[in-house]
Amino acid sequence: MATAKQPPTRKKRFLLDDLELTILSLPTAIWYIAFCYIPMFGVVMAFKNYRVKMGQGFLYSLFVNSDWVGFKNFQFLFRGQDAYLMFRNTLGYNLVFIVLGVLLPVALAILISQMYSQRLAKACQTSMFLPHFLSWVVVSYFVFAFLSMDKGLINQIIRSFGGKSVNFYQESGLWVFLLIFLNVWKSMGYGMVVYLARISGIDTELYEAALIDGASKWQQVKYITLPMLRPIMSIMFILSVGNIFRSDFGLFYQATRNAGALSDVTMTIDVYVFKLLIERSNVNYSSAAGLLQSALGLVTILGANLLVKKIDPDAGLF
Amino acid sequence: MTAKQSTRKPKALGTEGIQKFNRVKPATNVFITVLFILLALMTLLPAVFVLILSLSSERSIQAVGYSFFPAEWSLDTYAYLWRDKEVIGRALFNSVFVTVGGTFIGLVLCSTMGYALSRPNYYLKKFYTVFIFIPMLFGGGLVASFMVNTQIYNLRNTYWILMLPLACSTFYIIIMRTFFQTTVPDSVIESAKIDGARQFRIFGQIVLPISLPAIATIGLFFTFGFWNDWFLARVYLNTNRQDLYPLQYVLISIERNIEFMTRSAQYMTPGHVEKLPGETIRMAIVMVVVLPIACSYPFFQKYFISGLTIGAVKG
Repeated sequence: MATAKQPPTRKKRFLLDDLELTILSLPTAIWYIAFCYIPMFGVVMAFKNYRVKMGQGFLYSLFVNSDWVGFKNFQFLFRGQDAYLMFRNTLGYNLVFIVLGVLLPVALAILISQMYSQRLAKACQTSMFLPHFLSWVVVSYFVFAFLSMDKGLINQIIRSFGGKSVNFYQESGLWVFLLIFLNVWKSMGYGMVVYLARISGIDTELYEAALIDGASKWQQVKYITLPMLRPIMSIMFILSVGNIFRSDFGLFYQATRNAGALSDVTMTIDVYVFKLLIERSNVNYSSAAGLLQSALGLVTILGANLLVKKIDPDAGLF
Repeated sequence: MTAKQSTRKPKALGTEGIQKFNRVKPATNVFITVLFILLALMTLLPAVFVLILSLSSERSIQAVGYSFFPAEWSLDTYAYLWRDKEVIGRALFNSVFVTVGGTFIGLVLCSTMGYALSRPNYYLKKFYTVFIFIPMLFGGGLVASFMVNTQIYNLRNTYWILMLPLACSTFYIIIMRTFFQTTVPDSVIESAKIDGARQFRIFGQIVLPISLPAIATIGLFFTFGFWNDWFLARVYLNTNRQDLYPLQYVLISIERNIEFMTRSAQYMTPGHVEKLPGETIRMAIVMVVVLPIACSYPFFQKYFISGLTIGAVKG
């Protein structure tokens, strides 16, 4: 009886159809193996003292020629000031970015949807979307045009009021706020668009019914708009919490022009790994830092998802 | 008609009347309007500023610095860039080549996998779903990728390394899969199968042509991604391979030393060696990068938004 209910395809066999689909998707599968899965095994470098053996391949150098050192690379990492700095910076900036990255776009999206002139709203939205499409290299030039020591606009204004030029690329205290500002500047348009798309999808009858019941504008936002936005907000929240150990390398390295005097406030984990690997060719410590970042990132994204699911079972990402 | 009537009688009981009645107060509207005009200016002005700088003459910049009101306008910088085939022409070619090639590869990789995952009875569906999801959670990181790409695949200093690492993304595959699932009716595919069409043909001749909006969306994501990428060039290109530099990386290189441009000037015929407009040339190259984006994205943003909203569907 039970077998009669189930369709005959229940016991799956590999059919010709499946073979064709597999051939079709084979290049993508190869890409994933080559660029995602094989590098995953590279994490063993964090536990090795990598030494190159001349004339031999990378694999020989890594697996035969290099000794296992256990957690020594990690110990070295935490010996100096660097580990404290990069974890403080990465987590600190990300906490601010997460709070601003959820609150600001939601607030802006609700406000702009209330504007009388929807044509003007559209124009503003479009221009606020522009920074999302620019690279940090380009943004670094924008910033430089304002902050340059001898020709920058701000220094000219300071000088015209009789002040002395400021070398902004050495003022690390200022950059804490500047980096937050730049991040908001570049991402607020994008966030706003995401929430605005949802807001314009809300049935207007809901608001009309609320109005007839005497709800004020604020009550409408609180009891209709915000609950409707909650699923997207929680997805955005999970994603950003899951990436709390990652940082936008371009923001911290390129937008600051890699200024040495700023390294106290710009050195995040990604910047550290990059500098160690590319500028100093140190594979051991940089891979240890990278592995730490990946492992902690895995834990936080699973944790954030679990947490959100506990609060609202339908809101999880996976 | 109805709209006109309702403006004359604001509190008429039509839908528009209610909406009009439900608006924020005029004073609040003024506040919101001013706020958003300021925000819009804040995002646009830096780009306009750099455009003005690129159109200033070198002498003007030496005299009044970076200013919204240059002492002298000039197109010399652009004329110089136009003549400079050696560095800028080459870099523009590289950027376009990597963008077009990378987008093509990316579309092939994402659409094929997206299609396979959209077939409800596909044998490997469950496996592949997990297979493409794991890299979203965990990765080998920069160091491992760097070693594998340079030591095993030997991709350093090639066009491939500027394209392949960015040529696929789980996020885009999920958007494709969702699109195929929701807009391509199963009955169409089943009937094509009954008519004897194989999956390759169904995919190429039926599914792809009716999925152009999704292809356009993902294609745009890729195009902007490749056009804006500088990280791969920074990591994988050696300083002696300037023939491979894309525009974004030229910008980084001249930020570090303007000699980068003068060196190429020496290769030009002796009679044509001219004084290099050092300050304005950087700003002009920035504009070469920004203008194509700035002029095109307003027309494409609706595809972007649709992609973003499809991507927010979990599954």
